[in-house]
Amino acid sequence: MSFEIPVEKYVGKIIEVTIGATPEQGGTRSHSIKIGGSSSLPFHFFEGSHPHPPVVAMEVFDKAPPKYPEFLLDYFRNVIDKPGEMAKKCVEEFGAELISIRLEGTHPEKGNKSPEEAVETVKQVLESVKVPVIISGHSHYETINEVMKKVCAATAGENCLINYVETENYRTIAAAALAYNHSIVALSPLDVNLAKQLNILLTDMNFPAEKIVMDPLTGALGYGLEYTYSIMERIRIDGLSGDKMLAFPMLINPGYESSRVKESYFKKESYPEWGEPELLGAYWELATAMSLINAGAELITMYHPKAVEIVKKNIKKIYQSNPQK
Amino acid sequence: MALSGLDIFKLLPKTNCGDCGVPTCMAFAMKLAQKKGDLSECPHASEEAKSKLGAASEPPIRLIKIGGSPHIELGNEIVMFRHERTFVHQTAIAIHLRTSESEESLASTIKEIGNYKIERVGEGLTIDLFFISDNLSDKNKLFKTISLVKQLSNKGIILDCPDEGSLEETLQLLKGDRPAIFLRDKVNDKHIELAKTYNASLIISDNTFSGLTEQTEKIINTGFKDIILNMVSDNIGSDIQNNTILRRSALKKNYKPFGFPLFTMLQSEDKYDLLASASACLCKYSSIIVLPGFDKSLLYTLLTLRQNIYTDPQKPIQVDPKVYPIGEPTVGSPVFVTTNFSLTYFIVSSEIENSGISAHLLVCDCEGQSVLTAWAAGKFTGKGIAKFIKEINLEQVTNNRKIVIPGFASQISGDLEENLQDWEVIVGCQEASDIPVFVKNTKLA
Repeated sequence: MSFEIPVEKYVGKIIEVTIGATPEQGGTRSHSIKIGGSSSLPFHFFEGSHPHPPVVAMEVFDKAPPKYPEFLLDYFRNVIDKPGEMAKKCVEEFGAELISIRLEGTHPEKGNKSPEEAVETVKQVLESVKVPVIISGHSHYETINEVMKKVCAATAGENCLINYVETENYRTIAAAALAYNHSIVALSPLDVNLAKQLNILLTDMNFPAEKIVMDPLTGALGYGLEYTYSIMERIRIDGLSGDKMLAFPMLINPGYESSRVKESYFKKESYPEWGEPELLGAYWELATAMSLINAGAELITMYHPKAVEIVKKNIKKIYQSNPQK
Repeated sequence: MALSGLDIFKLLPKTNCGDCGVPTCMAFAMKLAQKKGDLSECPHASEEAKSKLGAASEPPIRLIKIGGSPHIELGNEIVMFRHERTFVHQTAIAIHLRTSESEESLASTIKEIGNYKIERVGEGLTIDLFFISDNLSDKNKLFKTISLVKQLSNKGIILDCPDEGSLEETLQLLKGDRPAIFLRDKVNDKHIELAKTYNASLIISDNTFSGLTEQTEKIINTGFKDIILNMVSDNIGSDIQNNTILRRSALKKNYKPFGFPLFTMLQSEDKYDLLASASACLCKYSSIIVLPGFDKSLLYTLLTLRQNIYTDPQKPIQVDPKVYPIGEPTVGSPVFVTTNFSLTYFIVSSEIENSGISAHLLVCDCEGQSVLTAWAAGKFTGKGIAKFIKEINLEQVTNNRKIVIPGFASQISGDLEENLQDWEVIVGCQEASDIPVFVKNTKLA
């Protein structure tokens, strides 16, 4: 039999989203980063173009997280409560391509920091690093809406990625992001239809499609990963097949999610068959990220420097691969 | 041409004897029509049926078995994406053994792998195969290694033995063990004859699609079909694309030369790189992954990923209904209650853990549904929970009489109080992620 490579031609294309703005673009970043733009399933260079490789962000905190694995503290102990310095370390030592600033401390039960304090933290980070920045919040709508409004205004023109809005609270934050020229993350709970609905709501209020990134909700390895994996594949296939309301780049959080699972806190005596705690920490995050980039993730927020290094290295390698003949 | 279930039924004996493992001929016909079975499972099929059904009834990716007793099954896959139906036969993990290793170290590795088993969500995760390389070209060392494997484990074997003479003698040792023969060079007539004689499968290697086609056609033309495909590359990106192209050709184009399970050998010296490649190949269609050695942390990670990806998406994984200790609960610790959908269990248990308290987590049988679904379907009721508490003697486990129910099921609180004398029913938060805050603001001790 004669063999011909079976090629899928998709009518759609993933929307290209730019994060960060240079001085010429109205911000202070040294460069901006583009994600998306693919015209076939992840890494299928034999049947489509993939102009922008997935990128890796690392996360810093406005308040040292109450629960944080020991093996990560070993890297960050001295800077965990100094977001500016930690961001610098992530970029300069560990190769973070973006920095996510998690404003968990503004949650009334987790620090109750004021919007002004949040602005201060964000400014610190923007001053200490020049890579594009993600600003990550939480689900206490009343407070986060106020925080994001202030932060959006204070960083006008930087084209930060405002992470995140949900169906319940999208209006206030999306309006602020729009007014001050930022992009946003639309978060939905592992559901294709809800994801689509939120994107429709956003574009209906004239939020530009090329400023939306989707978060399908990350389940860590062993804790719901398979749901995330399949929802992402379905979203990506629908997006490529022409559903414009699902054709957005996707963000995942292997770092945050893996840092909360039992495997990041076990004692070797209790689970000898699991292996080495410090290895498993990096492995868990790495396997979560490596499987989800194959399901369509373009923006990956990670915690473990070793996992970051390996994911970046593998993305680079994949982009050097040639389709077989 | 694909035949319908009815077309196939007409060709079957219609005796409903059940010898094929399915109760009726009609059911067997449906199975064949869905390409989930093989006509050879019917011992009474007529020659006419065989010739007519032959090609049409074959699954697009052939089922391959490796190992004597027990054996593993590979292939028979029907979809490109797990959400379309499910991935059928999970990736087999093989560990590489080299005859150059000392007998002592071989024995200890074999024993460790043979006994390796990790419990996760009610399933035992194990390693499946040994990949044995005769890298010394020393027949006696090879025999010794094989006999160690047979003595110390019951796992299947893949033989990597370039010398055809030694290969034949080794296959004689493995009669009844249904091994797989790994070929680095192109397949020849002798290999095919050996595979046929000793009931082995052939893993053929090539670095082009046309080369691979040539080799499989050569084998298929002899009437032998137990083939596994190894598309050789040195780049994980190429592996992802090659595996996709091979699987798609088989499933979507019915391209017979590629209708076989896929094999991937990983040899990176960096263990992190190894895991990265293995994770990608596991998601993208490798039916066998050979790892260069035994590394507990890496295996636990990879086998968990395998469990995730190969879970049937239409059947939620359930955890056993019982009381789970969170932290180090005592007789003074409170009780949280939830359903036995695995994801619900995982999220609730990890959030209680994140809250810093110790508690008893009561997981009720709700047929694997989440809280909201189970409550709406009447499977998560006060009466049912109370009954379960009595059944498992929870009142002996803790003296604390506070029980926290999920916020989404607040309506069952009255019902539960009625059925649980002496207990204080507390309605918790709706979202698991709010549990730490809820715990902080509620007196539970």
